[in-house]
Amino acid sequence: MFDELNDLYQQVILDHCRKPRNFHELPAASRSAQGHNPLCGDQLKLFLALDGDTIEDISFVGSGCCISKASASLLTEFAKGKTKADVEKMFGRVHEMVTTGKIEGDVGKLAVFAGVHKYPARVKCAILSWHAVMAALHGEVQPVTTENEQT
Amino acid sequence: MSVSKNVDWLALRKDFPILDQQVHGQPLIYFDNAATSQKPRVVIEALQHYYECDNANVHRGIHELSNRATSAYEAGRARAARFINARTAEEIVFTRGTTEGINLVASSWGAKNLKSGDVILLTEMEHHSNLVPWQLLAQRTGAKITYVPITGDEGILDLSKLDSLLTRQVKIFSMVHISNSLGTVNPVADLCARARKLGITTLVDGAQSAGHMPVDVQAIGCDFFVFSGHKICGPTGIGVLWGRQELLDAMPPYQGGGEMILSVEYQKTEFKKAPHRFEAGTPDISGPIGLHAAMDYLDAIGRDRIWKHDQELANYAYEKLAALKNIRLFGPKTGRAGLVSFLLNDVHAHDVVTLADQAGVALRGGHHCTQPLMHRLGVESTARASFYFYNTKAEVDRFAEVVKEIQKFFGQ
Ligand SMILES: Cc1ncc(COP(=O)(O)O)c(C=O)c1O
Repeated sequence: MFDELNDLYQQVILDHCRKPRNFHELPAASRSAQGHNPLCGDQLKLFLALDGDTIEDISFVGSGCCISKASASLLTEFAKGKTKADVEKMFGRVHEMVTTGKIEGDVGKLAVFAGVHKYPARVKCAILSWHAVMAALHGEVQPVTTENEQT
Repeated sequence: MSVSKNVDWLALRKDFPILDQQVHGQPLIYFDNAATSQKPRVVIEALQHYYECDNANVHRGIHELSNRATSAYEAGRARAARFINARTAEEIVFTRGTTEGINLVASSWGAKNLKSGDVILLTEMEHHSNLVPWQLLAQRTGAKITYVPITGDEGILDLSKLDSLLTRQVKIFSMVHISNSLGTVNPVADLCARARKLGITTLVDGAQSAGHMPVDVQAIGCDFFVFSGHKICGPTGIGVLWGRQELLDAMPPYQGGGEMILSVEYQKTEFKKAPHRFEAGTPDISGPIGLHAAMDYLDAIGRDRIWKHDQELANYAYEKLAALKNIRLFGPKTGRAGLVSFLLNDVHAHDVVTLADQAGVALRGGHHCTQPLMHRLGVESTARASFYFYNTKAEVDRFAEVVKEIQKFFGQ
């Protein structure tokens, strides 16, 4: 019945949504940021342990739909061990990919989110954790929301 | 014997051009009626006729078209009065919808009648539109807000607490008639009677009731009643605030401008009486005209029959869903209005809605503008199927199949 949806709910996404990785609080965190999606009331919180500009460890907690949970889970996998600049660069690519479907450069496993652009109501879900990680890296204290995300 | 047998419900579907289409290659099943209803052809034609034949500004012109527009606009007011059994048409104020109606009362009545230490009584199941205007008023005046609690997932008001909540400090009790998230039908006549004994003003949010059941504001015994046109087969942008004449006449204006004045000088203005006092500027003229057609349409079917039909569908859907495993249902087990809210274990409401949409079924997923209620229930969101008279049992059957498939998709 839902064959058409396989590009949105790719196996990797379903797997990460059922078994999110790095899904816990991080006592050693030096930064954290909250993401909020006002459309659905979803909340997630990211924790980062930074060593200089390098993300030593990263985790998240919260509730959300399959897309937002999988996105946060895959984000933490990607970001561990990366620098602030690496994450910023990838944020740009992911943003482009989930809004237009275009993949520029190597996005690795994150390519599974390319299908999201066909579901405008769900772009916010895929980008929420990325806004949160950017906020954490920039030391912002206000919770980020996807309210102003243009979809 | 069922009342709904007297109506050819299937034939009524033909009055709604929008229902006859496919979505993602599947026949559309529109189950998002609590958000907004679809519009029958007679309403669309009434709007078209107005713009093609009678369009002019109201209350200002002397020419023929202006006379026609004014009388059609005012006929809408008289029709709205009959729709809810108001005593006179002067008790009907046109607004943009339920939200604006409540804001009007909170701003105008509230500013005049509330002071620091007073209490605004609401219920835990209110829509944001019956919460936020009161919070703003409370911030301005120093009044406090208290809430009638609900009983858990069944979402019934816990009336054992009411006596202790109805204190002498309470100035207004504002309550939803039918909860858009739970389907609970509140005993508003009883609640208003209890408030009235203590001299407490009452407002009933009829957004979900006005087009679905017979409504008689005098029998309910409230002081204000509000609803939206777009949820009862009418156009968007028009709604009704009903208030008792003596209350409306004593309230200060809400907005200033043309239409609402008797005379204006550089330093002072004399205002018209209600309802015109509250309708500043050129109003939505086509709105009451479309709404008029919608009210005629609904009452030709009979809101008692519509109510019966909606309840039958909701009970049918509730039973079908209750038979599934790994599902949590919200709202009363019996006597529910025409909607069902649910959650599948470990599947987020938005995922349910995205999948259902792929199967042609339009649901709503989210907090339904009742975030405090969601938190009270310990959830972020629910999925909701909401019905109207043009929905069928066959559609509910298909919907239940789709829900089962969604469970399978997520490996349950
Ligand atoms: C119970 C209830 N109250 C108020 C509203 C607000 O109505 P509107 O958005 O038309 O002003 C709604 C509709 O969303 C509702 O269901």
